Amino acid sequence: MNDDIIVNRDDWSLHRKGYQDQNRHKEKVQEAIKNQLGDLIVDESIILTDGKRTMKIPMRSLEEFRFRYDFNKKNHTGQGTKKMAPGDILARDNAKGKGTGSGAGEEPGIDIYEAEISYEDIAAILFEELCLPNLDDKKRPLIAHDKPEFNDVRKKGLMANIDKKRTLIEAIKRQARDAQTDESLKITPDDLRFKTWEPHPNYETNAVILAMMDTSGSMGQFEKYIARTFFFWMVRFLRTKYGNVEMRFLAHHTEAKEVTEEEFFTRGESGGTRCSSVYQLALEMIQKDYPPAHYNIYPVHFTDGDNIGSDNSRALSLMQKLVEISQVVGYGEILRTHYSSTLMATLKRITDPKLRLVTIRDRNEVYGALKAVFS
Amino acid sequence: MRTEIQELNAIANNIAEVARGLGLDFYPVHFELCPAEAIYTFGAYGMPVRFTHWSFGKAFYRLKTQYDLNLSRIYELVINSNPAYAFLLEGNKLIQNKLVIAHVYAHVDFFKKNRYFAKTPKDMLERMAAHAQQIRDYELKYGRLKVEQILDAALSIQEHIDSRAHVNPKVETNEIELKRPYKVRRKTSGSNYEDLLELDIENTGQREVQKSPNEDLLLFLIENSPVLENWQKDIISMVRTESLYFSPQIETKIINEGWATFWHSKIMRELDLSQAEVLDAAVMHSQVVQPSRLTLNPYYLGYKIWESLAEKEDLEFLFEVREAENDLSFVRNYLNRDLVEKSNLFNFRKIGAHWQVTETDWTKVRDNLVQSLVNGGHPKINVIEGDYEGKRGLYLKHIHEGIDLDVVYLEKTLALVQTLWGRLVYLETILDSKKVIFECQNGLVTRRHILKNNEKEN
Repeated sequence: MNDDIIVNRDDWSLHRKGYQDQNRHKEKVQEAIKNQLGDLIVDESIILTDGKRTMKIPMRSLEEFRFRYDFNKKNHTGQGTKKMAPGDILARDNAKGKGTGSGAGEEPGIDIYEAEISYEDIAAILFEELCLPNLDDKKRPLIAHDKPEFNDVRKKGLMANIDKKRTLIEAIKRQARDAQTDESLKITPDDLRFKTWEPHPNYETNAVILAMMDTSGSMGQFEKYIARTFFFWMVRFLRTKYGNVEMRFLAHHTEAKEVTEEEFFTRGESGGTRCSSVYQLALEMIQKDYPPAHYNIYPVHFTDGDNIGSDNSRALSLMQKLVEISQVVGYGEILRTHYSSTLMATLKRITDPKLRLVTIRDRNEVYGALKAVFS
Repeated sequence: MRTEIQELNAIANNIAEVARGLGLDFYPVHFELCPAEAIYTFGAYGMPVRFTHWSFGKAFYRLKTQYDLNLSRIYELVINSNPAYAFLLEGNKLIQNKLVIAHVYAHVDFFKKNRYFAKTPKDMLERMAAHAQQIRDYELKYGRLKVEQILDAALSIQEHIDSRAHVNPKVETNEIELKRPYKVRRKTSGSNYEDLLELDIENTGQREVQKSPNEDLLLFLIENSPVLENWQKDIISMVRTESLYFSPQIETKIINEGWATFWHSKIMRELDLSQAEVLDAAVMHSQVVQPSRLTLNPYYLGYKIWESLAEKEDLEFLFEVREAENDLSFVRNYLNRDLVEKSNLFNFRKIGAHWQVTETDWTKVRDNLVQSLVNGGHPKINVIEGDYEGKRGLYLKHIHEGIDLDVVYLEKTLALVQTLWGRLVYLETILDSKKVIFECQNGLVTRRHILKNNEKEN
């Protein structure tokens, strides 16, 4: 035998190279998602399914570009399972391409790299960019309720809280100790272990969103969808920071009233716009249900800004009050045409940085609006 | 009782004896038994130790996912070096490893004897480890992002080297090569800059911008780019060296895999196997040569051609073929009517919204296959000049051989080339029978159609 043929086994457990570069690849996926965030967060498949669906997005930046032949113009050679004749049809072209979650398409040349994105992925990246301004930690609810926390194991306890795994381990240990050879495992009362808890006072911080929307004739499908998208992300973002986020919906034209969520996003009315009405309603609601000392308050108002001129000064003074007692107030004007609004101009007189004024002209500006309000 | 390793050692030696007895001539082989993860890493990188790049991470992820989902398995991996390294998958059955070992010996025989591999360095394992270390050093010095940008660009054109430099090396293309063994030794020497200084000297000696057509785009950029710094040139030259090393493997996929498959079945017949083992080996062999849908399985095609050759010719002739041919000549010379018809090979293309069979005539099929193997399947891009219109523009020309380029990819790649050249970059090609020049400036690509063919022709 010669020793030029050797079989060897090394420890490869520290060979992490593939994972390291996979991480860099993942980073690049995240970067690509970030660059498309403006479009992703307004995608219907996320918003309208309440974040339950995942979506696939093409990742052009992660393709490995090179000079290559046009796959669709090339004559290929293939192999069939049976005799073929010229004119036989092999496949229909899917316009969507054949990319799969893991990367390349089945056929060479079709290399559309797609990443599967879930609501969580987008949320994680989006929320990383947002922050809560003026967060007031002192705002605790008056009553802290006790929350049980299972953190101990004892020999006595309620049978419903029995710790099966530990009990079995005790029984096995005892049997081994006693050197019993009996095959069946018996559990004696001494083996029983119970999970027990200690009460912990639980202080949850509360937040309330007052979603206000202009439902006058000029607010159409587009405007509502923008508002809906904004509120969708806003609620979810606030839930990451607060244990309890409430949401109230206030619709207004010349008068304001509280409506259900469904009505809020679907109902359309005609008539003029008097924004002071909804500010007044919001202030009343806060006074009644959400004492500012205990609640973090986030009023957000979407309108097309077409307010009745005579109402502007009243709207301004009410908004002033609202800003004082709130964490942040968002005022968004959704403008598809290019007329300048008088209400925005009026509200600009409030210099308090807690008032965030945004203008949305296009779907993908929702992202910018979120960043403007939560920064 | 013997351990698994001892047993495998005995088996590997036994199979080596059988293989050599049958006439195979291979370098010493070191087998490493490793877990799937390690094998998939090597598969993605092409080497156990290679520089870091996200594209390898992407490939690794893809291979591993397919393995985890049980969609595919890499059975073997061989490194063209002396001694050769091969990797066996932990958890494979003994009989599977026997087949893999036999397969590996034939690959190493091919690496040793085929003339396309004659000039590939046999210490590539160490060289590529040194490259990885050097690139790591550059990352620390210049930042990961800057290194990545150079690698992104260099890798996008890594196929555009003069692969014939292996067969008939000219002094000119070997200069960068000669530098590398020095680099391997550098690990023990002190200075980081010695070989950079060397690069400088080379450059001043070659200031004159080349005028003759040149296939080696990477080398041209190293020698003539007005913007690249020395460390960047060094990275590109490492990519080029590695690409030169891999290029004969790309050009001998069908013939080499066929050769190894042909031999593993031959060797298995010589071994003393139990009934169950014979069955397992047969199953595995049939998986290896399983025809794939639409695309051609190189193992299948290569194996069939070798098999048909063995029916008519003696072993002596087969050994000559494995010495002299690559995929292109192998298919052109030995794919015959019988094989094309029995294997149901056909040509197809996209007509409207359908993929349609166009030809089944055996010469047409063979010729189309041959054409797809030209230049390793990559379009040929020549450097025409580095001083286009007197403004140091880089003028590239696609040597059109009947198939248009993918325009999206062309534009993206041209923009990457432009980052390496710094000034204007042009690419001349033909789209739908019309001559087109793409121009790239500051990452932006524009195209213009040329109506008359009175521009520079060569």
